[in-house]
Amino acid sequence: MGGASRVRVDTRLRFDNLVVGAGNRLAVAAARAVAESPGAVYNPLFIYGGTGLGKTHLLSAIGHLSEALHPGLDVEYLSLLDFVEQLLAATSAGHLEAFTSRYERVGLLLIDDVQFLTGHREMQAELLKLFERMQRAGRQIVLTSDRPPAEIPDVDARLVSRLSGGLIADVTAPEFETRMAILRANCEERKLSFQDGVLEEMAAFSFASVRELQGALNRLVAHQAIGAESGRAASAPEPAGRSLGEFESFLSDVSKDVAHAVESWQSRLSAAVQHWRGEGYRTRVIERALSLAKEPDVDGLLKTFEAAVDHLRNLELTATSVDPALGGDAVFRDPERMAEAEDLVERALAGATPPEGPSPSFVRSAFEVGTSNQLAVHAADAVIAEPGTKYNPLVFYGPSGVGKTHLLNAIGNTLTGTGAAPKVVAYVHAQKFVDELIAAIQGGSVERWRIRYRNADALIIDDVQFVAGKERTQEELFLLFNSIVAAGKQIVMTSDRPPAEIPDLEARLRSRFEGGLVVPIQAPDRSLRERLFAKYLTEAGRNADDALLAVLAEQPVQSVREIIGVVNRLGLASDATGVPVDAALARAELGLATPFAGVHAVGSATRSSRSLMFDAEKLVWEWPDVSARIVEELR
Amino acid sequence: MSLVNYATREITCKIVYYGPGRSGKTTNLHYIYGQVPADRKGQMVSLATQTDRTLFFDFLPLDLGTISGFSTRFQLYTVPGQVYYQTTRKLVLQGADGVVFVADSQARQMDENIESMQDMHANLAEYGIDARTMPLVLQYNKQDLPPELLLRVPELDEQLNFRGVPSFGADALHGPGVFETLRAVSEQVLRKLSAAGGGRF
Repeated sequence: MGGASRVRVDTRLRFDNLVVGAGNRLAVAAARAVAESPGAVYNPLFIYGGTGLGKTHLLSAIGHLSEALHPGLDVEYLSLLDFVEQLLAATSAGHLEAFTSRYERVGLLLIDDVQFLTGHREMQAELLKLFERMQRAGRQIVLTSDRPPAEIPDVDARLVSRLSGGLIADVTAPEFETRMAILRANCEERKLSFQDGVLEEMAAFSFASVRELQGALNRLVAHQAIGAESGRAASAPEPAGRSLGEFESFLSDVSKDVAHAVESWQSRLSAAVQHWRGEGYRTRVIERALSLAKEPDVDGLLKTFEAAVDHLRNLELTATSVDPALGGDAVFRDPERMAEAEDLVERALAGATPPEGPSPSFVRSAFEVGTSNQLAVHAADAVIAEPGTKYNPLVFYGPSGVGKTHLLNAIGNTLTGTGAAPKVVAYVHAQKFVDELIAAIQGGSVERWRIRYRNADALIIDDVQFVAGKERTQEELFLLFNSIVAAGKQIVMTSDRPPAEIPDLEARLRSRFEGGLVVPIQAPDRSLRERLFAKYLTEAGRNADDALLAVLAEQPVQSVREIIGVVNRLGLASDATGVPVDAALARAELGLATPFAGVHAVGSATRSSRSLMFDAEKLVWEWPDVSARIVEELR
Repeated sequence: MSLVNYATREITCKIVYYGPGRSGKTTNLHYIYGQVPADRKGQMVSLATQTDRTLFFDFLPLDLGTISGFSTRFQLYTVPGQVYYQTTRKLVLQGADGVVFVADSQARQMDENIESMQDMHANLAEYGIDARTMPLVLQYNKQDLPPELLLRVPELDEQLNFRGVPSFGADALHGPGVFETLRAVSEQVLRKLSAAGGGRF
């Protein structure tokens, strides 16, 4: 069963020489889709229709196109009878396993004339197994038959359902326009020419198949060849064996009546059901309308349904762009489950774009503890140890620069944890929270925005006082707060003032903020200042002797940021002057009076804090000589 | 079984040729069968006695192909005309979408015609069908016989066609009137179908 016995796809039967008409449009579209991405859509694709309507042409065209598009793809084309023969041969030779595994490697299996399945029960069972394995491996199967799977007699119901599981597309006899197109295409290909009206005359006969049509054309060509006729319109020969007898005229009358009868609203609806089912959608809505006693608003219904399907398609596109595994989910095929589909997409999007986490540069171990912040740190450590249970929410308040943000990030980082499955910690500045909400309202994605935060394992909000006066944000924050706390997840917030003092904060929020633990972080006390100066000086590679620290610690700085600012300034001055950082430089830089210059002792406090506002750069460059600057300062 | 199956896109019409014995119902079917092109011919089933009388019924399936996307089949049945096949007649009539009443145009057969017509109404009534809603066409057969034996169409209409349905004089043996009758009953059946929206009866 090697490549030698392989039947090649007939390369003359391609999509580009296949005439598409109303009778085969769906089948051709599906076939193309399958050829372009085998295994990805409509698997299996089942094409049925009468003989001579182009099923084999379609099958070959699929093989041809997919071979061209996917050079490495293993394409196998055979009729069911060949397949059965191979199967029987393999069974009798005891190579059934080899046979199955060979077909499992085939990327695109094209089987013609599946109607011959009838009766071969053993073979049906093998085929069912093989199809299951192939489909699981993502292999594409395309089948043709002269009737739909359900009508092939004596076939295992499981096989029928498997065959019907992808897309069933029918090809029907071509209508006049298509017959015309086929005749013209045929004439072009064979370089035939007829007088005007001949082809029209011929296409006017209702041929049941393309083969019959081509047969008639051949007759005409034969007539032309023996010179009996030059192909005049009036003498277009009657199609083989046909005469417009009583039966034909009866048929044509009945056709009119049937057409009239079935062009009722039910038929439109049922056609829609067929169409959408073919596309894989659930059509219960339309089916219900079909059972109504009176004609519903068919146009409106179909339009709504189509819009719903469009919406579902967009949702599916969005979902698959985030997570390809969501493609083909049943909710995207059922307009009645639109809400579920939307929800799924929102979830997918929220999951795909988790809220921003804390900044990893702030770590708990680098946080200096002193009396001014030890309560806050203690609370933070408690929250880290038991998130969501002890203090929920934990609110820090204090002036800016005292380390609230540092502590917040440190908690966040610890909560995130390391390892295989880090927790999602949402870290957001309240102002950003407001901006995001506004953008979400504008973009109609509020639900997604909500889910994003609700899915977080912990929520950290910096500077929560910014929600003051923002009613909608407070409303959202209230809902978010409740859902997070109810889920036993931790909330940590900072504010520049206690919640009770935040203006325009809804009482329900304030009481919730206060319901956990509210701790102040104060400006660093003297010993903390000393340690912070020592730390930052050391970090900057500067000398930090006791005399210098004593001077610096006396500075009534209000925040850690100020301390860093002082350290930076001293460093810069030291570099500019070449004098190492020491107590004298510090005094000079900070505009402090030397201990003996008691005159200025009183004013130094105010001066020193004001002097921090001086532009260090300007001072240094305009006063290259520090001693000259001191003189100037003292004057 | 329903007339139009929207799920499988099939239309199936059951048309029953009703009438007294020897009025030419089977002849109608034979003529139609003879006109069907070979590629559309189904099997005509005829259960007849040795003397060529319809014993049970005749059945002629007519596959009209795909019309407007619907695979369309007509099933033509005849009932046995003899009085004693009452049960069979009733059985064949079950599920009919339309009836062709084939009457014998001979004056001396009028009583049989009337009796058969009453029998048909009775049978329909037993199925709970109002005969007035059943698509019905009358055919006055054997118009080829010598005129002196026959009643003329207006006379037949007066006696049989009290509902004013389409009626046709016919010569089923040679063809005139056969397809006209079939066409008329098909038209009625299909018209009823589009009005009722697919349901049978």
